[in-house]
Amino acid sequence: MNIFVCVSHVPDTTTKVQVGEDGKSIDPSGVTWILNPYDEYAVEAALQLKEAREGEVTVVCFGPDAVKETIRKGLAMGADKGLHIKSDQPRDSFGTAKALAETLKDREADVIFCGRQSIDYDGWQMAGLLGEMLDLPSVTVASKLEIKEDGSIEAEREIEGGMETVVSKLPAVISAQKGLNDPRYPKLQGIMQAKRKPIEDVEPSPYKNRVEVLEMSKPPVKSAGKIVGEGPDAVKELVKLLHEEAKVI
Amino acid sequence: MNILVITEQRDGKVKKASYEAIRAAKNVAGELNADVTAVLFGADEAAAKAMGGYGAAKTVHVADEKLNLYSNGAYVKSVVQIAEKEGADIVMLPATALGKDLAPRLAVRMDGALAPDVTELSVDDGDIVALRPVYAGKALIKVKVTSLKKVFSLRPNVFSAGEADGAEAQVEAFSPQLDDADFVTKSTGTSIASGKLDVAEATAIVSGGRGLQAPENWNLIEDLASALGAATGASRAVVDAGWRPHAEQVGQTGKTVSPNLYVACGISGAIQHLAGMSSSKVIVAINKDKDAPIFQVADYGIVGDVFEVVPALTDELKSFLGN
Ligand SMILES: Cc1cc2nc3c(=O)[nH]c(=O)nc-3n(C[C@H](O)[C@H](O)[C@H](O)COP(=O)(O)OP(=O)(O)OC[C@H]3O[C@@H](n4cnc5c(N)ncnc54)[C@H](O)[C@@H]3O)c2cc1C
Ligand SMILES: Nc1ncnc2c1ncn2[C@@H]1O[C@H](COP(=O)(O)O)[C@@H](O)[C@H]1O
Repeated sequence: MNIFVCVSHVPDTTTKVQVGEDGKSIDPSGVTWILNPYDEYAVEAALQLKEAREGEVTVVCFGPDAVKETIRKGLAMGADKGLHIKSDQPRDSFGTAKALAETLKDREADVIFCGRQSIDYDGWQMAGLLGEMLDLPSVTVASKLEIKEDGSIEAEREIEGGMETVVSKLPAVISAQKGLNDPRYPKLQGIMQAKRKPIEDVEPSPYKNRVEVLEMSKPPVKSAGKIVGEGPDAVKELVKLLHEEAKVI
Repeated sequence: MNILVITEQRDGKVKKASYEAIRAAKNVAGELNADVTAVLFGADEAAAKAMGGYGAAKTVHVADEKLNLYSNGAYVKSVVQIAEKEGADIVMLPATALGKDLAPRLAVRMDGALAPDVTELSVDDGDIVALRPVYAGKALIKVKVTSLKKVFSLRPNVFSAGEADGAEAQVEAFSPQLDDADFVTKSTGTSIASGKLDVAEATAIVSGGRGLQAPENWNLIEDLASALGAATGASRAVVDAGWRPHAEQVGQTGKTVSPNLYVACGISGAIQHLAGMSSSKVIVAINKDKDAPIFQVADYGIVGDVFEVVPALTDELKSFLGN
């Protein structure tokens, strides 16, 4: 099986986001970059599929040179090779998908895994964009997945208040949700091997953003409210405040 | 010009987020000189007419049984056909599980682009400006979609649907042209826990964290939630411990919620948890540690033991609300 995993290089979840000098993106100073948490589930799903069916797992990322570090994390988990679509020009999701699609279109993918969402721009859209651009089915936010020998897919996805069962078939783009598996930790040996695994560089064709960022701001800071009191004696006052002041009950 | 709003129903009942989307579209439509046309898959004609109460002049009603269950291929094709027929360059839809799956494919098929999970819409110089949270709400960006065709998915529970004003939408039945190939990916069924409110849709949420000490103690959370008519949520610590299902996890790697009331019980308020709930309108925190970071974002706090305070609050609410 020819398996691809799209990974995204994102600020660590503990990052205190500050607006950068351009007023349109974050200030990268002091930021620790990680493999997008949802992409760990995607890499794990790809590795398990390879282990069950044989084949090859390629980790793909669009971005500047710094993203190689994230590609190597996927390689350290056990992927076979990397594919780096090099660009210093940040793109909107449509443009990122376009670069991924043009790179993957002649590579005969059986499955392309993504994460449900990249925790930087929180788009939740890549799997759908890629599926449509490559004319492949997409199954998103899968928290359970079975790919059968005949290529048919059965997945479960979370919907409001419950679960939905979705069927589809390979080749397809699938986005991973927490619960799909338990991502393995890279072992020291894996980290050493990752340094020698090949990463192919490709250049994307030019693109003009379709979504223009006008400005980035910080949300209004919520100031700490009041401590109503201590212990169960305070509940009477709390209920009164919720009714009279906050007007939520 | 026309703005198309894709509405959503489950088991024949239209979701509130659909009305929110219609109203949000209507609020910008005036300045754009546009009409709002709703699209409804399934449900009945009465539901299609009722869209008028929130601002839709017309509802295109697709009553094809095959479309009662969601299929992204078939829905995309249907919406594109409707958008062409209605001359709509702009499509809005709720950013629900369905909307998040449909929106990107739709944007590409229309040769447009998507602004996802928008929390505010305005018009500047004849063009829509959308505000959306990024980095789990730690920053906000204002964006314009520069392609002619534009898709906006709107975060549920943020836009107000208001009260229906009694107007009725003109209803037009539509049968999309579809092939079997459009149904390659399709839902074959859903399992919805009956009577259970989802955190992403609830207007009040009671969440519990590691301070509850064990899953057996969740009745404290459930009792308070039922007194408030709230959904139950959880911190990741307790989801990872297997005490609660992932569907209840609130936070950066769980669900982002913005209810009117969020009650955090025995939750410390880690940055990843705050990322998912700090846009709640009113936040109440109950924690025995007066220095817990959750108090930094709480409007009202009680310093105390959840095992004493939560049952007392439940009782007080019950007598206050008279049930
Ligand atoms: C990549 C990543 C993603 C994450 N995503 C999320 C996410 O989406 N959502 C999320 O919630 N977390 C997330 N986390 C985890 C987060 O960092 C915290 O570990 C977690 O939120 C802590 O949960 P908690 O508040 O229940 O537990 P704790 O931090 O252990 O806090 C328990 C609190 O209960 C109080 N307490 C204890 N006993 C009592 C008592 N008897 N009465 C009253 N109060 C009491 C304590 O004072 C304490 O403040 C993420 C972490 C990482 C690294
Ligand atoms: N720059 C990128 N390069 C490769 N894959 C990406 C990139 N950005 C996002 N993805 C993939 O798309 C998924 C969803 O991202 P998004 O739609 O941006 O929230 C991520 O989990 C990744 O799998």
